[in-house]
Amino acid sequence: MSALAVLAEAPALPLHTAGKYVAAAYIVLFAIVLIYVAIMGIRLSHIERDLGELLELAEQSGTPAALESPERESTLA
Amino acid sequence: MYGKGLRTLSITTVGAITLALALVFFYAPLEAEQGFLQKIFYVHVPLAIVSLCGFVLGGLLAIQYLRTRDPRWDMRSYVVIHMSLIFAVGTLITGSIWAKGSWGHWWVWSEPTLVSYLIVFLLYATYQPLRFAIEDPERQARYAAVFAITAGAFVPMNFIAVRLSTAYLHPRVLGSTANLPGPMALTFLVSLGAIALLFATLCKYELTAKHARAQIRALRRRLSGESELPRRPRSAVPSAAQPATIGARVAGGGAPS
Amino acid sequence: MSGALTEQPERLDRRVPAREQPLLGTVRALLRKELLVELRTLESVPAMTLFAVTTFVVFHFALNRSSVEGDLAAGILWVTLLFAAILGVNRLFVADAEQGGFDAFLLAPVDRSALLVAKVLTLLAYLLVLELVAVPAFALLLLAPPLGHALPGLLAPLALGDVGIALIGTLVAALAVRTRARDLLGPLLALPLLVPVIIGAARASSPLLALGHTGAPPARWLVTLAVYDLLVGLITFALFDFLLDD
Repeated sequence: MSALAVLAEAPALPLHTAGKYVAAAYIVLFAIVLIYVAIMGIRLSHIERDLGELLELAEQSGTPAALESPERESTLA
Repeated sequence: MYGKGLRTLSITTVGAITLALALVFFYAPLEAEQGFLQKIFYVHVPLAIVSLCGFVLGGLLAIQYLRTRDPRWDMRSYVVIHMSLIFAVGTLITGSIWAKGSWGHWWVWSEPTLVSYLIVFLLYATYQPLRFAIEDPERQARYAAVFAITAGAFVPMNFIAVRLSTAYLHPRVLGSTANLPGPMALTFLVSLGAIALLFATLCKYELTAKHARAQIRALRRRLSGESELPRRPRSAVPSAAQPATIGARVAGGGAPS
Repeated sequence: MSGALTEQPERLDRRVPAREQPLLGTVRALLRKELLVELRTLESVPAMTLFAVTTFVVFHFALNRSSVEGDLAAGILWVTLLFAAILGVNRLFVADAEQGGFDAFLLAPVDRSALLVAKVLTLLAYLLVLELVAVPAFALLLLAPPLGHALPGLLAPLALGDVGIALIGTLVAALAVRTRARDLLGPLLALPLLVPVIIGAARASSPLLALGHTGAPPARWLVTLAVYDLLVGLITFALFDFLLDD
């Protein structure tokens, strides 16, 4: 017997109804993560675009220090 | 350098979440009273605990900011509070779903956790508007730190107060975490760990992204030969790290530290 | 009004080095200035009081009740006091922020906590005057049981609740006053922080306002209120200085 203290007035929902609620709750968690993935994806594309512009800028200005693009440690490989 | 260790952290998080889900659906026994619905417990309560700790952590990081005045602490405080707010919304939604399933209503005043979360959520929802309403970045960081510390201290006090007030109305609907039998306790702990790791990973993502943006801005400034900081539009978000030091590092041509 | 503040240097004891001027003396001087200003301009207290009485009338129509007791009475009383207090909180630092009172204060060689204590006491004074009018008005307009029996017992929740409101109100006022949306942010910040005060105060008052009750308010809620007030006081005291340096 479970030791969890629960109000006995609400009888346990049958599996097919309870299943929907449980699924909904886990979908919330999934959604949080997926939304984050999307946000990160957008940011990544912005960064890529910005770095492209910067590379052009560097080639234009022709400074030696700038041409040597800094080592970018790949954290997402 | 915020991105270091992000890969390991992400992989660990994936492993932990997978393990937790597996335990929840294949190992944890079905609870007698609530049946399958009780499985929500393994996502709702960890979200609640992690966001609660996150809010308090935000306050602690803010204390560090006030002590050292290093803007990186302010940045960390901001990110942690932001993430905790998102997890708090998740707590409210999953709690509401659970309430609907077990009690028939989307909202129950008799569940002290949900009520406390609502109050905490309403409080922290003012964090961003507060920051946005202050233009000077140093003052913004300072006032935000004062808020974060006050609110962080408030969270536990609020929980106790609300719990005291509801105890005398109804018995709790959604069950307590005391006296969990073995397999359930194990599943719960793993779930808690997984959500905590998720929180840490997402925060690290956020910090790394902000830092990368700041570095790009500094690089752009350096390459286009401007010596002055262009005026940033009004923002609630703290700027990452000191531009001057980043510029120096880039000029050195070496790897960012 | 900052003229009153610049009179201060003459009253400072010049034999005592800077930053060691007695706290009590500074607090007294500041408090006197605050109350004098309020007496002269009558900005906050009359508005707060009128607001409270009008709100009672609104409640009469909104709830469609001529008399209330118990939980409902405690709720109406405290919610009204709370919102009236918010009005006072909004105005608390406005004069200082607009007329450079902060700078004058920061330049004076006095302990900065004096400003905090003075402002808290000011807000407390406003609340006391508010209640002197609002509580009898409440008894007259809406309360079912006679106030006489309940009053001695009510003093404790009123006092403790006031302290909580004053502390949180001062902290929030200082936080909100130099932002762009100060009238909006103040209440938004204050209300969640005041929920435990409302819980304690309303739960403590409610048995006193029930029909046929005599005696003392439940100790448990008074203790909760006192503990919360203490903790909030500590936090406010520790953090207030950080809002002032500029």
